[in-house]
Amino acid sequence: MTKQKLVMVGNGMAGCRTLEELLKLEPDLYEITVFGAEPHPNYNRILLSPVLAGEMSLPDIVLNDHDWYRDNAITLHAGKTVTKIDRKAQRVFAADGTVADYDRLLLATGSSPFILPVPGKDLPGVIAYRDIADTEAMIAAAQAHRHAVVIGAGLLGLEAANGLRLRGMDVTVVHLAEWIMERQLDRSAADLLKQSLEAKGLKFLLGKQTAELVAGPENEGGRVAAIRFKDGEIIPAELVVMAVGIRPNTTLAESAGIHTVRGVVVNDTLQTYDPKIYAVGECAAHRGTAYGLVAPLFEQAKVCANHLAQFGIGRYTGSVTSTKLKVTGIDVFSAGNFTGDETTEEIVLSDPAGGVYKKLVIRGETLVGAVLYGDTADGAWYFQLLRDQQNIGEIRDHLMFGAAHAGSIGDVGHAGQSQAATMADSAEVCGCNGVCKGTIVKAIKEKGLFTVDEVRRHTKASSSCGSCTGLVEQILASTVGGAYQPVESRDKAVCGCTEHSHGEVRAAIRDQHLLSIPQVMQALGWTTPNGCAACRPALNYYLISSWPHEAHDDPQSRFINERAHANIQKDGTFSVVPRMWGGLTTPKELRAIADVAEKYQVPTVKMTGGARIDLLGIKKTDLPKVWADLGQAGMVSGHAYGKSIRTVKTCVGAEHCRFGTQLAMSMGVKLEKMLFGMWSPHKVKLAVSGCPRNCAEAGIKDVGVIGVDSGYELYVAGNGGIKTEVAQFFCKVTSDEEVLEYAAAFLQLYREQGFYLERTCHYVARVGLDAIKKIVVDDAPRRRELYERLLFALQNYEDPWNAAVQKPALRREFETLEILEI
Amino acid sequence: MSDWKKLCQLDDIPRQGSRVVASASGDIALFRTDDDEVFAVHDQCPHKGGPLSQGILTGRVVTCPLHGWKIALENGEAVAPDAGCARTFSVKRVGDDVWIAT
Ligand code: SRM
Ligand SMILES: Cc1cc2nc3c(=O)[nH]c(=O)nc-3n(C[C@H](O)[C@H](O)[C@H](O)COP(=O)(O)OP(=O)(O)OC[C@H]3O[C@@H](n4cnc5c(N)ncnc54)[C@H](O)[C@@H]3O)c2cc1C
Ligand code: SF4
Ligand code: FES
Repeated sequence: MTKQKLVMVGNGMAGCRTLEELLKLEPDLYEITVFGAEPHPNYNRILLSPVLAGEMSLPDIVLNDHDWYRDNAITLHAGKTVTKIDRKAQRVFAADGTVADYDRLLLATGSSPFILPVPGKDLPGVIAYRDIADTEAMIAAAQAHRHAVVIGAGLLGLEAANGLRLRGMDVTVVHLAEWIMERQLDRSAADLLKQSLEAKGLKFLLGKQTAELVAGPENEGGRVAAIRFKDGEIIPAELVVMAVGIRPNTTLAESAGIHTVRGVVVNDTLQTYDPKIYAVGECAAHRGTAYGLVAPLFEQAKVCANHLAQFGIGRYTGSVTSTKLKVTGIDVFSAGNFTGDETTEEIVLSDPAGGVYKKLVIRGETLVGAVLYGDTADGAWYFQLLRDQQNIGEIRDHLMFGAAHAGSIGDVGHAGQSQAATMADSAEVCGCNGVCKGTIVKAIKEKGLFTVDEVRRHTKASSSCGSCTGLVEQILASTVGGAYQPVESRDKAVCGCTEHSHGEVRAAIRDQHLLSIPQVMQALGWTTPNGCAACRPALNYYLISSWPHEAHDDPQSRFINERAHANIQKDGTFSVVPRMWGGLTTPKELRAIADVAEKYQVPTVKMTGGARIDLLGIKKTDLPKVWADLGQAGMVSGHAYGKSIRTVKTCVGAEHCRFGTQLAMSMGVKLEKMLFGMWSPHKVKLAVSGCPRNCAEAGIKDVGVIGVDSGYELYVAGNGGIKTEVAQFFCKVTSDEEVLEYAAAFLQLYREQGFYLERTCHYVARVGLDAIKKIVVDDAPRRRELYERLLFALQNYEDPWNAAVQKPALRREFETLEILEI
Repeated sequence: MSDWKKLCQLDDIPRQGSRVVASASGDIALFRTDDDEVFAVHDQCPHKGGPLSQGILTGRVVTCPLHGWKIALENGEAVAPDAGCARTFSVKRVGDDVWIAT
């Protein structure tokens, strides 16, 4: 079968990203031809600023080298400008006569700098700042000339001015408006910024309108020599850089009769009015907006690629953007609607002497804009709140003080490291994998990384416990600037195998009564034949929790711990934690444990943080034997390995304690027996204390129960792990039966609504405690239904250890084959 | 020329799963893919020696249970950006029997 032909016009960042995404999905669908007016392979345009500033060199910023085009069988016509599209014949023509036929055409022509229509605009020495040629011209001018004038004090202009200044030129920035970066900053922040830039040696002329560029003597080449303003003032200028805005490149599209309005008009699938022609990047106008930052363009690329691959999934619905000035040593960040209007309120922190200015713009109970100057460490966090439209009602008081103060106590392992930008390169960011800041920054720059996922893959930072994810995001944001775009967390795809979010997958399994992993993958158009190690366990959980006793548990989709019912150790042995209901044990059990430890030469026996005993270092082949021996003494799996019920810690309670108001041990045992065998999105831990002294630490458990004289107080969504979260008060009940019913109903709701690997604290933060209370506390019939659904799911649960001991077929997992000849 | 030895029946290995083969030169991980292909690699991850046999198998790639490296079964190579290689062994299916080259 002959392949379809895809032609791309414009070999820049948005276009090439689209091709990369397309190749990931359908590497063999198209024969691809690319035309690029520039004589280079695709490079990272945003890094032209560090190149100009002398911080990087041109070879560093290539994103797709010639090998990439060759390896993917892409024909690259570098240095050829397409001048005509014949839509009837489905053919494009380049200026040099090259012709290419297409079945699908992708326009990614970017934009062109706007050149002020003043006399002298065509003189030698008058340039814009857009591509490698401009950058090279600036570097050359800095060696030969002294006076540079940059017209326009937006992001681009300031970065150009800074670079030229660092290369030794005398630089004046001319700006029409009253303050600099007026489209990104308000006046207070802009004034602070101007002062810092002046301290770096830049000069500013504000409120000035350019009238004419004046040529120098003919015998010196007629190069520009000065600039004259409307008010008559003249200053010297041997280099003039125009950075007054960009215009989408639509000439080609227009000449072919494609509908354009300030950009090539596209729909939510990035298709133009001609269904065979797509457009992405700065040249495209989506819902009236043409974006000028790469983050939204990459989102467009992803959607467009999906449609080019004929998957037809996903729509681009527009982006909220943020910007960051890439001038080393100066931190400016802005996002969203930072000017505000009559429907918004502002929280402002202004410390001109300390060089810090922050403004947060709030509408109702959501953050809609932010401007940060001087201290931008929380930029990524604000941006995430903004994109997620998270309800900030409860944290409003602390909002200004940043993520570190927003209602949580600890983020262990990262003490004192909240300011990514000011961290030393040698500072450790990821404590699990030993990755320091310098390594991350280097990878981001050299490999052209734009997302936390990519950083994770290339450096391993934040790939283990994840507690440094926020820090990695900050480093990413401060390194790539406005190119950083956090994903809306609730819409995040489950993994690279699908476009669908956890919520969508859950809903499909429920609504379409899907019962197996292959069914789900088929129904939702998974892009890989049998998923990956991230989605398979998630799907398995969603299936068995949605359809208990109907959907089959698939051991091959479970992490080894859950398949072997024990925790794998670094040396490949396993640890065994028998259940001790409520933390109680007996001489008989202890004797059995002691016997097992001797019989199987268990190297380590230890008390766990969950108040029971761990036998560490057992060979996999011995596991069924160990279980059989423990089973003789009546002991069952403690599920210390599972996304499941773990422990119910108890204190001695009214059984023995002089302060005890309730029978904590007996309550704890009842809870643990009820929940035995409960699989959940993540692990679940409970505790019961007999009085408010709370010796069982119920305040940091998924469900905490505290006995009081009149009954019990219930707390939910605590967490004592990576980020300590104090459990929140849920309700008060009077009887043991009510404790069981309320706890079960809450946990069942979490089981039904939680996303895989979401602990209760994250689940509750996502859906809101009030919404959960409405169902579990206020609505008795629904509470009862949830309770019964959980009991139904747990019916006839068989201890997995005993099952493996009894059934030869299950035991096979633990037996090895043998061969002597190798 | 290698000598082929019969190792086990195909059904001794769970589909999309593995078995450990204890051999004189160390453990070997024997895999069976979703479409009943068989592969064998040295049961030691090139990263820090994790037992690959205990990983989750997807397509022809196993994810190491310890730190999540992905290893391609055809050649034992770690999937980029990780780099490293686990030794592979020749195995084949003849009917329902699985053979290994010694
Ligand atoms: C054995 C034990 C440590 C000990 O010797 O005391 C332990 C050992 C492990 N914990 Fe833990 N945790 C143990 C109590 C805890 C506690 C304390 C508690 O349960 O009261 C916590 C904090 C409380 C909490 O979870 O809210 C705890 C928070 C974690 C976390 C962080 C979870 C979080 O949401 O922040 C992880 C990582 C994870 O699950 O993703 C973790 C993961 C692990 C794993 C399973 C790591 C892994 O994936 O291999 C460790 C297995 C070690 C091994 O080789 O067997 N362990 N872990 C404790 C077993 C308790 C039990 O009897 O079941
Ligand atoms: C100095 C500088 C710094 C920047 N810094 C940032 C930043 O920090 N953060 C951020 O998010 N964004 C930044 N940007 C903006 C960002 O680079 C652009 O948004 C992005 O590159 C646009 O991608 P694109 O693919 O749409 O266009 P481009 O990357 O411009 O690619 C379009 C390509 O198409 C070619 N072309 C046009 N017409 C034709 C034709 N008819 N035939 C053949 N080829 C054609 C052009 O030559 C060009 O190479 C910066 C831009 C510059 C110039
Ligand atoms: S037992 Fe828990 S805290 Fe200790 S090293 Fe393992 S995961 Fe970390
Ligand atoms: S040992 Fe395999 S990933 Fe670390």
